[in-house]
Amino acid sequence: MTRPAGPGVALGLTGLRASIGGSRILHGVDLTVPEGGVTALIGRNGAGKTSTLRAAIGLLPATGTVRMLGADVSGWPTHRIIRRGVGYVPEDREVFAGLTVRENLRLAETGGDPRYAEVYRLFPELRERAGQRAGTLSGGQQQMLAIGRVLLHGKQLLLIDEPTKGLAPRYVTEVVRALERAAEAATILLVEQNVHVVRRLARQVVVLDRGQAVYAGDVADLDDAGLVRRLLGVSGAA
Amino acid sequence: MSTFLAITLSGLALGAVYFLVAAGLSLIYGLMDVLNFAHGVFLTLGGYAGWAMATRLPGALPRTAAGFLLTTAAAILGGALVAAATELLLIRPLYGRPVAQILVTIGLDLALTGLLLGAFGSDSRAIPVPAWLTGVTVLGGERAPNGDFVALGGGLLVLAALTWFLRRTRYGIIIRAGAENRAMVRALGIDVGRAFTVVFTIGGATAGLAGLLNSVVFNSALIDPTQGDQLLIFAFIVVVIGGLGSLAGSAVAALLVGLVQVYVGFYAGSGSGLAQLGNVSVVLVLAVVLLIRPRGLLGATA
Amino acid sequence: MTGARVLARLSGRAPAGPAGPDLAGPRWAGRAVLAAGVAVLALIPLASFSLGGILPGAVDVVNSAGTLQVLGLCLVFAGVALGFDLLFGFTGLLSFGQVLYFATGVYVLDIALSDWHWPVLPAVALTAAVGGALAVVLGAVSLRVRGIAFAMVTLAFAQAGYYLVEDNPHGLTGGDTGLVLDTTRLPAALVGVANTRNLYWLALAFLVVAYALVWLATESVTGRVWLAIRESERRAETLGLRPFRFKLASFVLSSLIATAGGMVYLLLVGTAAPDSVASLTVTVSVLVMVVLGGVGTRWGAILGAIVYVYLQQYLLKIAAEPSFASLPAPLRVPLSQPQFLLGALFVVFVLFAPGGIAELAARARGRVARPRREEGTGADGER
Repeated sequence: MTRPAGPGVALGLTGLRASIGGSRILHGVDLTVPEGGVTALIGRNGAGKTSTLRAAIGLLPATGTVRMLGADVSGWPTHRIIRRGVGYVPEDREVFAGLTVRENLRLAETGGDPRYAEVYRLFPELRERAGQRAGTLSGGQQQMLAIGRVLLHGKQLLLIDEPTKGLAPRYVTEVVRALERAAEAATILLVEQNVHVVRRLARQVVVLDRGQAVYAGDVADLDDAGLVRRLLGVSGAA
Repeated sequence: MSTFLAITLSGLALGAVYFLVAAGLSLIYGLMDVLNFAHGVFLTLGGYAGWAMATRLPGALPRTAAGFLLTTAAAILGGALVAAATELLLIRPLYGRPVAQILVTIGLDLALTGLLLGAFGSDSRAIPVPAWLTGVTVLGGERAPNGDFVALGGGLLVLAALTWFLRRTRYGIIIRAGAENRAMVRALGIDVGRAFTVVFTIGGATAGLAGLLNSVVFNSALIDPTQGDQLLIFAFIVVVIGGLGSLAGSAVAALLVGLVQVYVGFYAGSGSGLAQLGNVSVVLVLAVVLLIRPRGLLGATA
Repeated sequence: MTGARVLARLSGRAPAGPAGPDLAGPRWAGRAVLAAGVAVLALIPLASFSLGGILPGAVDVVNSAGTLQVLGLCLVFAGVALGFDLLFGFTGLLSFGQVLYFATGVYVLDIALSDWHWPVLPAVALTAAVGGALAVVLGAVSLRVRGIAFAMVTLAFAQAGYYLVEDNPHGLTGGDTGLVLDTTRLPAALVGVANTRNLYWLALAFLVVAYALVWLATESVTGRVWLAIRESERRAETLGLRPFRFKLASFVLSSLIATAGGMVYLLLVGTAAPDSVASLTVTVSVLVMVVLGGVGTRWGAILGAIVYVYLQQYLLKIAAEPSFASLPAPLRVPLSQPQFLLGALFVVFVLFAPGGIAELAARARGRVARPRREEGTGADGER
């Protein structure tokens, strides 16, 4: 079910186990994200998708092995993992409400030559609202800010958690466009509930259920309604 | 009327000193979730650092403005160094255990104050300062202590400096962001540990200054080992009333507490023979604020 | 902790006992040690031999008045620390204000005895009533908030008490200089240096009663609820428990023990001053005692208090001796201040053995202490 972690693997998780407040959430997740393109991580609510991302970058203490961009980063502090060229866009965006848009972006600078021009071209609203407090932005605008943060530098691996959740359709379109652009240069592991977005963006899918990876295959496999029903319980919805 | 102005000036000056202590405490708590009891001994050590410098300056230098600047610099530096050492040696090893961190600051306060008591006894030492600092200026018929102006000036200066730091520098932005969401700051590739040390050091620096000013302005330029802890209680009250983590809240609450303490103490206290009425009223203000609005006047929701 | 586990605890099916280092040996072994300990303590006033200079009293004999008074003080604070641990270690409430009730015990009893010349029993009853009423009222008010806010409100009330005592309203409290107990209404058995042993036994009785109360309370269903509240108040609420009344019960019991301790203190020492019975220093000392001994283990608070008070008194005695002044300054300065040594010891413990002496004992027995997760932090220690 998992491919061996060899060259061309951006992220490899082996036996990842984690608990939150005494409850076991991840029961030994094994998954591989091949280099290049978008891999979608799908599953029912509560399957552990967000926890998998957070555990991979050290925001959730976990046991098991995490290999990222050619190195074993298990147990590394989060900021060190990020500095290797990883970007994280959390569920619920988590922009800093008390800071301005510009300050939020400035915080995301990790070195020389941040590509503000690129980010502003994708999200012109961010330039218009540069001095506005991020807490007063709409959900869609906050999402653009959250994605813009990780696009300032040429990250090689992006972990993105439900970027279209709760967004108006026009923002969904912009987000998808931005992610397509980002996927040209980076590997993306995308947690998504929206099947259309998954079909549009992803090449591979991994299905998570009750804290374990239960299926890995091509996105075309989702056309098999019977498979989808078996894996996810409801036809057509992830 | 001019008595009222003189009292008000006193209250404002007291508020300024409270702000200096509360600002550091509030920033530290906002970013690190640590209620730093060691701030008490940072205050005292700042006073002693100033005393050490002033008594070592040759001749009449400590009694000049330039000499006093050196004394002040020593106090600030002393507080900053002790705070930095505290964060690196005692707080860092306890990362992720806020209760243990609070306990270790309690222990440090106890131990260092004990050491000072052992070295200096409970007697005060006099800090040589310019004569005009302990003198008065006659304003509109009332005698206004010059020290009050210095304290007020110091408080305003630090408020401006801290505001600039938080708004304009990268570390300032990191500290503001970290107070909101520490995990996300790490997820942007930033080592919050360094921010912790920076914020602790800033707290120590302002505490050192506050300790010196408290000694000079409100204790006749005398320093003793328990001064810091006595001031610390009021600083806690100010921080909690203003809202843990809010610099503006600390400023507002500091003025409020300083003025209440002085007004009640003067107008109500001297009449009833209860000298501590001013202090009691401050404490009751704290209880009232907490019971009505537990996060303080300007604090973020817990 | 999952709901199932909390329920199991509440119904008594899970292994009982406080959270913290797991010290359970066979039950009877603990009981035997306890009984032996009380017996030894009770017999101390009959021991007229010397222990070669480690005694804190002026006369170097175990049952000298000076030593007995110090030991009595150890026992008083052992009881007070135990009461504090009930609140902090078992219910998870960090109060910086328990010293207020201790001071109430001291000052109200003194006013009743010295100023109003009441007989002993009514005076004691009055003091207990005042302490209890105060605890109920202030506790109900303070418990409206949690966490740091709760700690600060309790600190505020205790400080108000300190200022009130310092102010010496109507000359009742003696202000800064303190007061001296007027012993005319006391039974003869409790007065005079020759009767120090009686006061010592009184202190021991206080500790035994306090321990019995705490033991009964923590082993009961109420005690299990306290532990559940300590782990997570929110989860306790979702299980249909109403934490407030349990927290208040813990608060009042803890405060009553402190008040009783204050009363025994007054009888034992005969004098009181705000800095030694009503100040934040006392609160901090008790906190240190409990942490040193081991939070959440009953005997830890007792042991921590005995060690702390004993060391403090012993060091003060050494520092007063003439030979001490001839020590070189780098040795003399730190040693002359018990506060420094105790504070440094505390820091070392918090860094390396946060479970206190109890944790060291558990490690020595080869048991690894169960790490205590802190309230409000996630599994990774982050908010």
